Amino acid sequence: MPSTPRRAAVIGGNRIPFARANGRYARASNLDMLTTTLDGLVARYGLAGERLGEVVAGAVLKHSRDFNLTREAVLGSRLAPSTPAYDVQQACGTGLEAAILVANKIALGQIESGVAGGVDTASDAPIAVNEDLRKVLVAINGARTVQQRVKLLAKLRPGQIVPDIPRNSEPRTGLSMGEHAAITAKEWGVSREAQDELAAVSHRNLAAAYERGFLDDLVTPYLGLTRDDNLRPDSSVEKLATLRPVFGTQFGDDATMTAGNSTPLTDGAALALLGSDEWAAAHKLPVLAHLVDAETAAVDYVHGRDGLLTAPVYAVPRLLERSGLTLQDFDFYEIHEAFASTVLATLKAWEDVEFAKDRLGLDAPLGSIDRSRLNVTGSSLAAGHPFAATGGRIVATLAKLVHEKGTGEGGRKARGLISICAAGGQGVVAILEAA
Amino acid sequence: MSTDRFRDLSNTALAGRLGVPRVPLLRRYEPGQPLLPGPALVTSVGAGRFAKPIAALVEESGQQVLDAVGDQKLAAVVVDLTAATTLDDLAAARAILTPAVRKLAPSGRLLLLGPEPAEASAGAGVEAAATAQALDGLVRTIAKELRAGATANLLVVAAQAPPAAVDSAVRFFLSARSAYVDGQVVRIGVPVGSPQDPAAMDSPTLPEKPLSGRVAVVTGAARGIGAAIADTLARDGATLVVVDIPAAGENLAKVANRTGGTALQLDITAVDAPERLIAHLTQRHGRLDLLVHNAGITRDKLLANMDPDRWKAVLDVNLRAQLRITEALLGEGTLLQDGSRIVCVSSQSGIGGNRGQANYVASKAGIIGMVRALAPVVAEKGVTINAVAPGFIETEMTAKMPLGTREAGRRVNSLRQGGLPVDVAETIGWLGQADSGGVNGQVVRVCGQSMLGA
Ligand SMILES: NC(=O)c1ccc[n+]([C@@H]2O[C@H](COP(=O)([O-])OP(=O)(O)OC[C@H]3O[C@@H](n4cnc5c(N)ncnc54)[C@H](O)[C@@H]3O)[C@@H](O)[C@H]2O)c1
Repeated sequence: MPSTPRRAAVIGGNRIPFARANGRYARASNLDMLTTTLDGLVARYGLAGERLGEVVAGAVLKHSRDFNLTREAVLGSRLAPSTPAYDVQQACGTGLEAAILVANKIALGQIESGVAGGVDTASDAPIAVNEDLRKVLVAINGARTVQQRVKLLAKLRPGQIVPDIPRNSEPRTGLSMGEHAAITAKEWGVSREAQDELAAVSHRNLAAAYERGFLDDLVTPYLGLTRDDNLRPDSSVEKLATLRPVFGTQFGDDATMTAGNSTPLTDGAALALLGSDEWAAAHKLPVLAHLVDAETAAVDYVHGRDGLLTAPVYAVPRLLERSGLTLQDFDFYEIHEAFASTVLATLKAWEDVEFAKDRLGLDAPLGSIDRSRLNVTGSSLAAGHPFAATGGRIVATLAKLVHEKGTGEGGRKARGLISICAAGGQGVVAILEAA
Repeated sequence: MSTDRFRDLSNTALAGRLGVPRVPLLRRYEPGQPLLPGPALVTSVGAGRFAKPIAALVEESGQQVLDAVGDQKLAAVVVDLTAATTLDDLAAARAILTPAVRKLAPSGRLLLLGPEPAEASAGAGVEAAATAQALDGLVRTIAKELRAGATANLLVVAAQAPPAAVDSAVRFFLSARSAYVDGQVVRIGVPVGSPQDPAAMDSPTLPEKPLSGRVAVVTGAARGIGAAIADTLARDGATLVVVDIPAAGENLAKVANRTGGTALQLDITAVDAPERLIAHLTQRHGRLDLLVHNAGITRDKLLANMDPDRWKAVLDVNLRAQLRITEALLGEGTLLQDGSRIVCVSSQSGIGGNRGQANYVASKAGIIGMVRALAPVVAEKGVTINAVAPGFIETEMTAKMPLGTREAGRRVNSLRQGGLPVDVAETIGWLGQADSGGVNGQVVRVCGQSMLGA
């Protein structure tokens, strides 16, 4: 094992086009999508029959049959069956956290290569039986005689047969993510216009990226879908302005969040390929970037003053401090667009003098960023956001971006910052640097 | 893929009693299959230089070689006529061939070797040239007369070509790999490049893996003929880079994974396509031993109704992209090396023309022009460039044709059936071998001796 940790290389990635829920992938399971995405990665990098160090992935919405999801995907893929795998789950941070786990093992010399990412389907989400029905069914299962079973069955009432459909809501507050985000948006005074503008730019950037072939080696079509079907290349601020608010409607005229500036429920999967420089060289694979460092933060959104999706606001200054960098030292910023307002509130928090002093404990705020460097090939508002898949999408995208750019100001290596907010008041952030 | 029901029905007992002509089931290559399923007659008229080494080649493959026709059925008949210069020599050939064709087994192989007419005339006069040219007509006629899937082909060999120059062609034409190549004339010259496969320097090439160690690019490999080419080249030992448009990526990934290759999603008409292909090859392999330009599209319209978009789309994919990519690779200078091969997929329509396909035909004929013009240029680097011109091949494309057109297309050839994608693939595999350097600037038709454009 090397005495000083080495940096893990990002070699590339693969994802399937993201599809709006109950659409093109309505019949695809998490396992189908993850296996296909893994096979697409194997095809792109010629890894058929290869034993990798590990495959780490996860899903936020999981059936009980998915208990060993990633390992099953490996077994169904063209990778050598001797490739170990495990599942992780950190809500929308899953994919990036998986990449950090793999990168850390590579850095320590415990593995030479790995795949990280995630998958989610909002179409094939598990539908649970409600708690009353569950109790009766468990009792029936335990009954010894037929008579006992019939007696128990007779006790069923219509209300018990209604399934529990999963809701995108926080268990501790009962509020949906959108409602939480709306509160934060109001707090930071994020305007409707700014949100619509961010959404329109996201669509425009992703469409342009497809046009110039940027996604040719990042995406593999699936079930006949060749591009993300949420993408609206002709999206505009004018069109977005006509939509009615769907979150924060309690604020009346101050409600700003619409279906256009919030991500839709989406199905999809994304993976990134990581390895040591040596492993990449031995396999004649390109090193696009190195994962420099990462940080995860959590906030008390239940009792404290922080918003549900604001943990990255805390994670980034900690990461910058450790790396000796400022917020302006980046050529690219990949800030996950859970909602346009989340991105804008995050940027405002970093610019705010009071917030820096009172909440972040800093003498000065991090400052503002050059917006032309933000989500330059689009982000979740355009592509969609299959929860656990977003991290894999962003890691591969940013690695390619810094690789293309090569060097930044003063000839230093091009650098990018990833920031992903997650349910449960968590946030995962990381730095990639061109190889 | 559409199945040939007529062929299957024609092979039933009832069809036999009704006198329906039988559509033969062609013998096709499978790994491990011997070169020939039975004995071969190998002989010559006059002092041909090739009969002996060919007899040795057949014997080495484990098959018996006869020098005269007897009672046995013959799996192959090889007559070396490279020394034939007179009409008497031609009569001697007839004397050998008449009893021999009667003994030819189903899916049998008749292979003639003859001299280059122009060379013959310079050396031995006009009668020699006439004799040489007579072989051309003779082999095309024998191909039309043979039954039960047997084929006849002619190798026209340059006077300067050493005996070993014909080996790879002889192996191809005798084996089941050439099932659907019939009535063809292939010229063999002094081999281009070293016959020693630079890709296989470290490990000797096994007979059943003639492409081992070779890096091959196949465009349009997500389906149809391109997918079959990828499968066939991989079976023969090549390392594959399969290319297709990003929208075809789902299938392309499957082809890459089953061949153990890499998938490169790339529209070959993109401005930076040559650059991206070169970057991929440089990063991943550092060499290119076989480039197969297979991607092709059709946008049919009578010329009277042809719009510029249809014209441009077809010419861009089928011809301009091939020109640009080939030029860029030759300019790049390191990937294509001594022993590298380029094979372009043309079409019999490019030779004979086809109603409603002015754009397609122009592109496919253009490929032939490109191949002929580049052959002497690439030869200087030890590289060859050839074209294959498929006839009617059973693919998704031909399955969509109206029944009448499809049936007509299938039957107007000497083997009375459509070919399979693998037949095109086998021909490309042969041309892609390092020891096929004697074949350069040629167009090999894979058409069962189709009447169209013949
Ligand atoms: N099928 C026949 O009978 C027949 C006969 C003669 C010649 N051909 C030729 O054989 C070749 C293969 O034909 P097929 O029948 O398999 O056709 P096909 O349509 O099944 O396959 C062609 C492939 O080329 C790909 N392709 C198209 N445009 C491309 C581009 N710009 N960049 C990269 N890839 C592209 C397609 O996506 C497709 O996968 C073609 O050149 C065709 O003209 C076919």
